[in-house]
This record gives sequence, C-alpha cells and structure tokens, in this order.
Amino acid sequence: MAAPTTNGHDYKVIGTRPIRHDGFDKVTGRAKYGADYSFPGMLFGKVLRSPHAHAVIKSIKCDKALAMPGVKAVVTAADLPELPDKMESAGEAAINLAHLSATILARGKVLYDGHAVAAVAATSPHIAEEALRLIEVEYEALPPVMSVEDAMKPGATVLLPTLRNKEDGADKETNVAAHMQFKRGDIAEGFKHADFVVERKFKTAMVHQGYIEPHNAVGIYSADGHATIYCSTQGTFAVRSMCSALLGIPEGKIKVVPAEIGGGFGGKLTVYLEPLSVLLSKITGHPVKLVMTRSEVLRASGPTSGSTIRCKMGATKDGKLVAAECWLAYEAGAFPGSPVGAGAMTIIAPYNIPNILIDAYDVVVNRPKTVAYRAPGATNAAMASETVIDELAEKCSIDPLDFRLMNASQEGTPQTVGPPFKRIGFVETLEAIKNSAHYKSKLTGPNRGRGVASGFWFNVGLQSSATVNIHTDGTVSVVTGSVDIGGTRAAQAMIAAEVLGADINDVRPIVADTDSIGHTDVTGGSRTAFATGWAVYDAANDALRQLKERVAKTWEKKPEEVAFANGRFSPVSGNGVKPMTLKELAPRLARTGGPIIGRATVNARGVGPAFATTLVDVEVDPDTGKVKILRATVAQDAGKAIHPSYVEGQMQGGTAQGIGWALNEEYVYDEKGILRNTGLLDYRMPTCLDLPEIETIIVEVPTPGHPLGIRGVGEVPIVPPPAAVANAIYRATGVRMLELPMSPPRLMKAMLKKRAAGDSQAAAAD
Amino acid sequence: MATVVIPALLRKFTDGKDRISASGRNVGQLIDDLERQYPGLREYIIDDGEVKPSVAISIDGEMGTGGVLEPVRESSEVFILPAIGGG
Repeated sequence: MAAPTTNGHDYKVIGTRPIRHDGFDKVTGRAKYGADYSFPGMLFGKVLRSPHAHAVIKSIKCDKALAMPGVKAVVTAADLPELPDKMESAGEAAINLAHLSATILARGKVLYDGHAVAAVAATSPHIAEEALRLIEVEYEALPPVMSVEDAMKPGATVLLPTLRNKEDGADKETNVAAHMQFKRGDIAEGFKHADFVVERKFKTAMVHQGYIEPHNAVGIYSADGHATIYCSTQGTFAVRSMCSALLGIPEGKIKVVPAEIGGGFGGKLTVYLEPLSVLLSKITGHPVKLVMTRSEVLRASGPTSGSTIRCKMGATKDGKLVAAECWLAYEAGAFPGSPVGAGAMTIIAPYNIPNILIDAYDVVVNRPKTVAYRAPGATNAAMASETVIDELAEKCSIDPLDFRLMNASQEGTPQTVGPPFKRIGFVETLEAIKNSAHYKSKLTGPNRGRGVASGFWFNVGLQSSATVNIHTDGTVSVVTGSVDIGGTRAAQAMIAAEVLGADINDVRPIVADTDSIGHTDVTGGSRTAFATGWAVYDAANDALRQLKERVAKTWEKKPEEVAFANGRFSPVSGNGVKPMTLKELAPRLARTGGPIIGRATVNARGVGPAFATTLVDVEVDPDTGKVKILRATVAQDAGKAIHPSYVEGQMQGGTAQGIGWALNEEYVYDEKGILRNTGLLDYRMPTCLDLPEIETIIVEVPTPGHPLGIRGVGEVPIVPPPAAVANAIYRATGVRMLELPMSPPRLMKAMLKKRAAGDSQAAAAD
Repeated sequence: MATVVIPALLRKFTDGKDRISASGRNVGQLIDDLERQYPGLREYIIDDGEVKPSVAISIDGEMGTGGVLEPVRESSEVFILPAIGGG
C-alpha cells in the first residue's frame, strides 16, 4: 500500500458528481443481469421446496419426474458430497460447509417452509415445474419452533442434534448455537450510581433485504472439467470458493462471471442456485439456468434475524450514562450464524459507558437460514438502546441530541470489545443534525412528533486487487473484482482519474471475472470504496510511476526530475522541454518500453468505523395507527465522499430500508410455520409513495491511514431509523413502541391501551 | 511481554483474570504461551494451526490480517474478538 497522503488535497475529480459509467446501459435496458444470459442448448432448472417447516425426509422418489419427456436430470442431497460440520473461511465470513450444503439441498430433514429438497433440469421452465410435481417426497412432520423464546425453553424440540450445550460442564442438545458475553467495569456498582434506570424488552421482526432482482444462475460445465457460472452475486470469489467446496471441483476450474446486480444488501453473499446450476449442467452436459420467483426469494433466501432484546441503562441526573446491561437473542434461522455478536458489539458502541454487561445468544429456529443485511445485527440492537437512551434523556430533562453529545464515543473511548476508537465522526453527525434546517424547524400540528437516533457500524477491510491499463490514446481502463452495487465503479474510475489527471470520461471501469483479476473479497461490509478504492489508488500511482519513467526517458532525465501536476508532466527544474499530458505521452509508450499496466493488491487495515444520526418527523393517524413520515434527515460520516451523489444514495437507501423495518416489514408465519406473505403485496416494503425526499448531510472526518480518508458508507444508515421513528411516535402519541414493525394494528392496539389506562407512559409491547 | 485481554467467557480458564501477560513475537507464539499458562484456551482460538475463521485478533487497536503470523510487540495490547462480516 502507498504511504498515506494528506487529506487537505485540492481534488479535481474526487468530490464531483459525474454520470456513472454503467448508467446509459442501465437506463436503456442494455445492461445484462443474470437472468438475461442465454446459451445454445440451455436447459431450465426448478427447485422443489418443502411444504413443511420442520420434518424428517423419509424418502424421495424421482423416477416419475425423470421419465417425463423433456426432463434431463433430477438431483437431491445424495448428489452432493457430504461435508464436515466445521467452520471454514469463505469470503468475508466463516461458513459451516455442512450447513451450507444442507441449505442448497436438504439432507435428512427439512428445517423451514421453502427449504430446497430437489432440483430438476428440463428443456423448458414449464416442463421443469411440472416435473417437480412428480417427485414423491415422504415427510414425517415435526413440531415447528418459530421463536427464540420457544427455542430456548427447556425441553424445546431440537432442530439440529449436532448442536451441543457444553457451557456448564454439561453436554446436551440445544437450539442455542452460541453464547457470547462482553463485560467491562462493575455492572452492579455502575447501577448504584444511577439516578435513573430504564429497562425495556424489545422485539424486532425477521425481515428480508428486498433486493428487486431475484437470485439467478447459469452454470456451464465443460467436457474438460471446467465450470463457468454467470450469476447475480456480491462476491464472485466467494461464489467460486463455496461452489468448489460444495461440489468438490477445484477452485482453479471454476470461473465466476459477475452479471449486473439488482441489489444485494448482504443477501447475495452466499449461494443458493449457483452450485445447483453446475451440478445439473455436469449431469446433462448442457448449460442450465435457474431463476427464483419472488415467493422463493422470500421463503428460501436468507432474510435477517428477528430478535428479542432486553436493554437496561442507568444515568445520573445530570445525564451521564453509568451502566448498561443488555441481553440479546437472535433468530439464526435453520442453521447457526445470526449476527447477534455484531448486535452485542454495536448496541452501546456510540456511547462511553464505564460499566457494561452484554450477553448474546445465537438461536436456531424453523425459519430460513439468515444471512447478512446491511450492518447485520446493528439495526435490531439500536432499536433497543436508542429507545432507552431517548427515555433516559427525557427522565434527565435533557434534549436527546444533547444527551447523546454528552455521552458520545470519541477518539480514545474504549469500544464494547475493548480497543479504543481511533478518530471517528460521531460527534460531528450529532452536531450536523443539531445545526440542520430540519432540527431548527418547528414541528406543529396534532399527532405529530419528532425523534432522533444514532447508529454505529464497524465496516471491514479485507482483500482487493486492481489493475490500471494505459491505452495508446491516453484513455485508461480500471479493472477490479468488486461487483458494483451502489455506484462503486464510478468511484473507482474517479480515483484513477484523480491520480492520473485524466478526464473521468476517459477512464473506463470494468468489473472482471474470477479468471481476469486477483482475489477480491465481496462487495459488502461497506468495504468497496475503502479497500478496492485503495487498491485502485495504489495501482494508478504504480502506473503514474511508470509513466514518469517514460517521460524521463524521452527527456533523457532521471524519473525524480519529472514532476506531475494538473494532468501534465513537466521537468522539476525548467530547461526548455515542453510539458506533456497523458494523451501526448500515451502514443509514445511503444517506443519507450511498451505497454503500461499499474497493479496493486491490498489486505486493507485501518478500517474507519461509521456513525450516522437520523432525525424523523411523523404524523400518526389516531383512528388507524398509520404512521406518515413527514420529514427525514440523516447525517453520516463518510470520511471522504468520492462521489457525493452515490454516498447520498446509500444514505437515502439505508434510511428507506430502516423505515421499512420500522413501520411495515415482517415475516408472517402461521401456526404450522408456513410463511403467509410470500409476495411484495403482502411483504410490505416502503415505496416512493410512502416516503418524503430523504435529506442528507455528509460529514467528512477522514479515516486515519487511508490515502484518501475514505470510510465505508453502505451499511450504517439503516441502523438509526427504527428507533428514530419509535421516538417520534412517542412524541406524537405518548406511546413507547417496543416491537417492530410499528404497523397500524400494533400501534393502534398500543394507543387504545394507553387511552384505556390514561397512562402517558404506557408501553406497547405485550 | 504483551498484554492479552481475555474474552469474558474464557476467563474461566484464567482464574477470572481479564488481562494476561504473554510472550511471543507473533500471534501464534502468544497463544502458545497463553496455553502454557492456562491450558484449554487455545482450542477456542486456534484450529489446524491457524486463527479460527470465527475469531479476530486486534493488536494495538488494529485488526490483524496475518493470522498466527501477525507480529506482536513487547508492549502490544491484544484483544481476542468475534469475527465480523457485513452486508
């Protein structure tokens, strides 16, 4: 990695708002998404899914399906290798390969409504779908376990016999996959110093990422043993390593080609259809395409955890937080791996609290295996802590923003996990909201309220590779392995253009397949602008170094005698040679040594964590409980916003999704554990009709150590909105909502309860 | 010697102590020394000679990327943490 530069640089390209390079193809419909790929002789795959939430698979008979004209193959878990029940590294996260394999195709048991049981390849999607009906599966239904409370009860039906509780020297079956604890100071002593203590129990619903493009894959297995996969994914290299492990094909024999991606938000960090497409292609000798329906996406691709959280905090009457005790239990879904650890590590991270005790439990239930969703675990946690903070501020008679400012984590404050924060911008986000036109405006009218909440997310670094190619006409291509979800291609091009003094329209960013670029971890964890941007910065500087050598050769000087500024090479000390631009130099590369490629890889360190603060005005219909968002403003520390429009887009998108969590979104299961809202009419995400223009304030507190000061921005804006909305509802109605979503029926019930009790502090959750 | 901050649930191996002094030039050697002092700790941190995928090691406030080969200084403060992904 290059040595850090100062952040006081006078940028020419960074911080501007050029049109994204992929924009034209996307708005004209030319951009190619996974489902758009088609190949000669291609077959179509469909997946048979469990109608039970929990059942033993007694037998699967495929004969009738295989005999159907047009059907070319039927596969079950018996066609996949059995893998060890052990955590392995894959992409940015640790993965249990046995559990991943049993998610692709159920082995022995089905563990949720929609669990994949078998897959068919046929000459048309209709024949494949018909063939699913001919597969005979004999199930022995078992009682479903749908909530963490039920799953943790003594004597609860156990989902996975391999899960063992060994904590107290015992060795018994359990649904609790993991227990984590974080402790600092003396919790009992801390609460002794509190003048006010607030303790509440919260519930948040299981919600889906809601990416508009369903999962898809086209697998092509060649006669030479190589496989190619075209798919919609956040990480081609992760797909490659997972498919390699699941199918027993060496990584070097798998190429993953990234299609354009219609949203991921963490939900496309894993595989579902990709290994099936290759397996079916291997058996049939044809390319095989599979595309999920929306119903399949909701039933069987990873949502994020619902949770139960108890949060108790104490403060002195002058507003100093002295103790926090939290208990979190998250639904992992059918297999271990909820983001409860992150929930525990983020729940009080924005605040400097000397005494903490946090217990966190990862609990398996008969729901789809959860996967990441934008700051995974943190939104649930912040709903609890930021509501309690709001209540404490009220008890102390301190403005909730001032209360947060008085207790805000700053450089040197120990994090929940121990190490102190480096330079962070939390205080700056609070001050930005305090100084905003929104905060200074007056909210008037009945049934209206204003709420504020803050959020924290770690962000990650990981590995990235980049090459920067100088073409003979002076244009530049930037090749990375980072799938572009939120405009990162434009950001990478801008970084290269800045370093090389090039026009942004002369720089073409390319997302390469796994055979064409060095290892690059997933587009997730808010890492792409940070880490891949760093690799591009270094690669562009590598190209610039070589360009200076060529100029020096032309001028018969030493490279250190060549300066570069404002897009022009010039001698350090003038001696009559004519300064030269990249476009003038590029045609001469062939005669000065040949082509120039700048290259760099990073295993990025020094990740800058992110903070956001959100202010929301709501109006509550007193007769229906419907909440209207009147105004929303989010302030977020971006370190350095490369392309401010795409940073703002992330802030707005995260806020919109957080409002969805707050007001409407939830998985609704019946008593048998069958999902009842399997379409977007019933799984209610907010649309543009539900939201005002979300106002954004970008705060720039550079990440120390990063050459451009970048902080990841993709995740943290989803964290504060549910609590901000809950706090606004409280001010509008006097009701403290403790359960998400705060849908009209739930809020109406709470308001009626309050009216019946005449109690201004009535709590909503039963 | 470096200072290793022990996660709360592993303090049962260290007689309840939250900070242990240990020697080593890298994470692997440090964990070996911890194991010598408090047998039973290593299996929670190391698997097949490498830091478990579910574990992260922070050294002087910086998340390590080098696994057992990550360098440690005499004055280092080392935290053993759950690994974090993202969306």
